[in-house]
Amino acid sequence: MATWKRTRGFWVSVILAFAFFAVVEWLIASGTLNVFYVNTLFFMAINVMLAASLHLIIGITGQFSIGHAGFFAVGAYASAVMTMKLQLPFAVGVLTAGVAAALAGLIIGVPSLRLKGDYLAIATLGFGEIVRIALLNIDYVGGASGMTVTHMTTWPWVFACLFVTILVIANFTNSTHGRACISIREDEIAADAMGINTTYYKVAAFAIGSFFAGIAGALYAHHFYIIQPSNFGFLKSFDILIFVVLGGLGSLSGAVVAAVLLTIVSTFLQNYPETRMIIYSIVLILVMLYRPTGLMGTKELSSLFKWRKAAQGGMNHGGKNTVA
Amino acid sequence: MELIQQLVNGISLGSIYALIALGYTMVYGIVRLINFAHGDVFMVGSFVGFYAVTMLGVGFVPALLLAMAACAVLGMIIERIAYKPLRNAARIAVLITAIGVSLLIEYVTIYLRGAQPEAYPSTLLPDRNLELFGVVISSQSLFILGTSLVLMVLLQFIVHRTKIGKAMRAVSHDAEAARLMGINVDNTISATFAIGSALAGAAGVIFGIYYTKIEPLMGILPGLKAFVAAVLGGIGIIPGAMVGGLLLGVIESLVSGLGYSLWRDGAAFVILILILIFRPAGLFGKNVREKV
Repeated sequence: MATWKRTRGFWVSVILAFAFFAVVEWLIASGTLNVFYVNTLFFMAINVMLAASLHLIIGITGQFSIGHAGFFAVGAYASAVMTMKLQLPFAVGVLTAGVAAALAGLIIGVPSLRLKGDYLAIATLGFGEIVRIALLNIDYVGGASGMTVTHMTTWPWVFACLFVTILVIANFTNSTHGRACISIREDEIAADAMGINTTYYKVAAFAIGSFFAGIAGALYAHHFYIIQPSNFGFLKSFDILIFVVLGGLGSLSGAVVAAVLLTIVSTFLQNYPETRMIIYSIVLILVMLYRPTGLMGTKELSSLFKWRKAAQGGMNHGGKNTVA
Repeated sequence: MELIQQLVNGISLGSIYALIALGYTMVYGIVRLINFAHGDVFMVGSFVGFYAVTMLGVGFVPALLLAMAACAVLGMIIERIAYKPLRNAARIAVLITAIGVSLLIEYVTIYLRGAQPEAYPSTLLPDRNLELFGVVISSQSLFILGTSLVLMVLLQFIVHRTKIGKAMRAVSHDAEAARLMGINVDNTISATFAIGSALAGAAGVIFGIYYTKIEPLMGILPGLKAFVAAVLGGIGIIPGAMVGGLLLGVIESLVSGLGYSLWRDGAAFVILILILIFRPAGLFGKNVREKV
């Protein structure tokens, strides 16, 4: 009974998630949701995956990375090459996308471990740009004109990937490894002194985060028919960063909610891209001036419910609001 | 000869990077902040210069001075509104604010005047080609180099020979101690932002003359590269920024000269990552141990 009490929140969420899946599946099958809504929904899911994966790197491990679009691009192109050039099934494409992006995460993660804060931010930004410029110059993947990709992303795929992403990141956060990552965020030198292998955990966070960004890239590539290097510039990285920052540096549900809300907002402002960016940037500045930890801080949505009180400490890190 | 030609081109380009990098390095030296909006101040300077020439019909020097003045004011406003309230906040919050300010400047510019590019009038500087031992040097690049050098010398003079320069050096060394010695730290930081931004504005006008085409998002890439230049020379060190800028310009020109012009932008970031890995303090920097 004690176990049930402790894991009740988890199982309720899983059941709710599957109910959501079934409802949407039925709505799509019955044609209630038109193409526009399905597009928005898929885009929302992709953004949530990106936000969650960056949350693991910035919010949990405190490694300020602003080249996330680079990993996204690696995933998109890797999966597109698998399915379009090598004619392999979509599942292989998705998996390759994740693995390729994770490798890219290792490549950038290992050397940049010597860097902190601002320097790491700039190095990751540089990495994102290198990926974009490399894609621009490789004729095999179409250069600047990009690659055409067939539409293979379906709702079950999107849901499955999203579900696994959230599950893995939430559980990782609550595991020993996640605790170690949080201690690195709070104070790297102190964590090191306590015997935590900071190098190992920083690289692990980078690799896992970029793995899921790569999978999001695969879904994106196979949903939008065409991928071009210009889709993966640092404006995309900043978009993802904004989800994480607004949601709260250190709050998974915050990042998810921010990604969902901002996707809706940007869908409505699609015809006014300048206005959208002006609103984004003003909100970003105001949030940083008045609430530097983001809207949710390190709190999770679940901590709003009373019955979580019994299991305090789940994902609520004692309300301490220090990041980096 | 080809090599020397590339070297000449590289130095002209590098002097633009150096001017922007000086602003980065000064601001970083004094408040330990990567001012992401610096590249956009550079863009604003370029547009102010452009409008001064096309609408007011002024010549090169007044356009340059107008752009510098406008950017100095803009830099001070940015500092007062966005960075000053965050002086004791976490580094990550300041960095994100800087990104926000950068996006805001870019998109407000697009909102006000549209995203279409503009062509700098080519009559602003006399365009004659000098041939020296088979190397073609345009009079424009000489002007550009000359202007940059004058500004850099002026900056050295301000930093080392004036009262405000002394205050800037003191604040960058230890802001708390400087405050105790009666230095107005806030005003000094404002002055640093003003001087750095004015240099970026000048670089904007020069860039417009050199490349002809200007547009609202043009600040991003030169801004980032100037940051690379600042890191290359050792961030916070003024001569380092100059050398880093020139070096970066020359390397880029050599990469183009070798036939990899499409990889030119990539080269800067590869250099950045290499320098961060092997010599994080930059070419001129000393390693500082972090105390627990």
